[in-house]
Amino acid sequence: MGLLSCVTINNEWDIVKARQLGRECARDVGFSTVDQARIATAVSELARNIYLYTDSGQLCFEQISHTEQKGMTLVSLDDGPGMDDISQMMEDGYSTSGGLGTGLPGVKRLVDQFDIQSEKGKGTEIRAVKWTR
Amino acid sequence: MDTLKPDAANYQRLLKHYIAAQDEQSLYGAEQISKQFIQNNVPPEDIVNLHNQAMASLYSDMPAYFRHSMNFLLETMISYGVMLQEYHTLREEQSELKSEIAVAANMQDTLLKTTTPDMEGMDIGVISVPAHQMNGDYYHFVTGSDGLLGVAVADVIGKGIPAALCMSMIKYSMDSLPEKIMRPQTILENLNRVVERNVDDSMFITMFYAQFIPSGGTVRYSSAGHEPGFYFNAQQNTFEELEAKGLVLGVDPDTNYQQYERVLHQGDMLILLTDGVTECRQGDRFIESQEVLDVIGRFSHLPAQEMVDNVYKHFEWLQDFHLRDDFTLIVLKKV
Repeated sequence: MGLLSCVTINNEWDIVKARQLGRECARDVGFSTVDQARIATAVSELARNIYLYTDSGQLCFEQISHTEQKGMTLVSLDDGPGMDDISQMMEDGYSTSGGLGTGLPGVKRLVDQFDIQSEKGKGTEIRAVKWTR
Repeated sequence: MDTLKPDAANYQRLLKHYIAAQDEQSLYGAEQISKQFIQNNVPPEDIVNLHNQAMASLYSDMPAYFRHSMNFLLETMISYGVMLQEYHTLREEQSELKSEIAVAANMQDTLLKTTTPDMEGMDIGVISVPAHQMNGDYYHFVTGSDGLLGVAVADVIGKGIPAALCMSMIKYSMDSLPEKIMRPQTILENLNRVVERNVDDSMFITMFYAQFIPSGGTVRYSSAGHEPGFYFNAQQNTFEELEAKGLVLGVDPDTNYQQYERVLHQGDMLILLTDGVTECRQGDRFIESQEVLDVIGRFSHLPAQEMVDNVYKHFEWLQDFHLRDDFTLIVLKKV
């Protein structure tokens, strides 16, 4: 297992930092330019969610490998309000931030595996995995 | 993306040709490729990437600023790509919903099936067309063992699925009424209680019920707030509105309905309809009820079924083949 590197999201500038770190990690793993851009967009979306809906949270990246495949995991951790209804959050077209973001369904589409756990009042943990092709 | 591979060579070849000749043929080729991309769900960022790679292999001296600009463009396309996928998912969901509704509409047709009776001395024409997939209008024929013919025309205020669900209830309550009480006013009074008990306050049903007694040509009728029908006097060649007062079904459980009577002579007609007929619109203008009668009058020499078919065709044309409300028209002609 590779190195875990994290960015704490407190303000909007941290979203840029997270994108940058995520892209560097993706480049190190060997993702194509297009996939690097997809990963950066997924990172943006996760970081924005932390910035908009929680007081503070973290975005971490980890290089992973499985037999001959290489990939990376994006982990979003926060101790914010948690989600009332995860199914609704994952529904296409549902977005509390005004509808223009790709939202969580968008993040799910940009990666290969997506897992979300949330508890009201305790926080949310999202793990997204993308593999090189 | 694997589906992209055969296109990549083709794209590069066309691009090269176009840069050299700037010809329309290459652009036509581009159009064809673009359709393939759409067919294969290729997201826009992959197309930008494809272009970038084609340019890099055609021009080894491609300037760095151009390469950077392409990467910048690629980045802006990512969210478009995600939205495109979302659009595809939504479209699939929509077609699933549509086929589910089609099944429901089919079921409605079966549940509400009524056959137009073949009756001595009476020529009957019926047309009922829903504005959307499911019909909120309803008509029903009842031929009693006493030889009487009952005709019900109803309209749920509201369209689509809720209206259609409501209609099934009306049909089954009508079926369960004992035959001996089958007089228009008692039928409406019974249905009124059923609707009042079972239907949401925001939903109303209007109904016109007519009963034809073949022996003397008498017609009895009652209305629960329904669009008034018309009586056509063949001898004078005039139409007259069938005045019938009554509260819509489902408002007050103790409503009493009045019953009216009229005698039909040879050639006379009874015309029952829903507001989808009288509220036809030409552009933003509602047509006048006189216009409806003019159109009906124009076809009154035809057999009843041809009459209603022609009237419908006329209004369908008038409304640019786009019904705004369910359309039901019944003609009973004494022959």
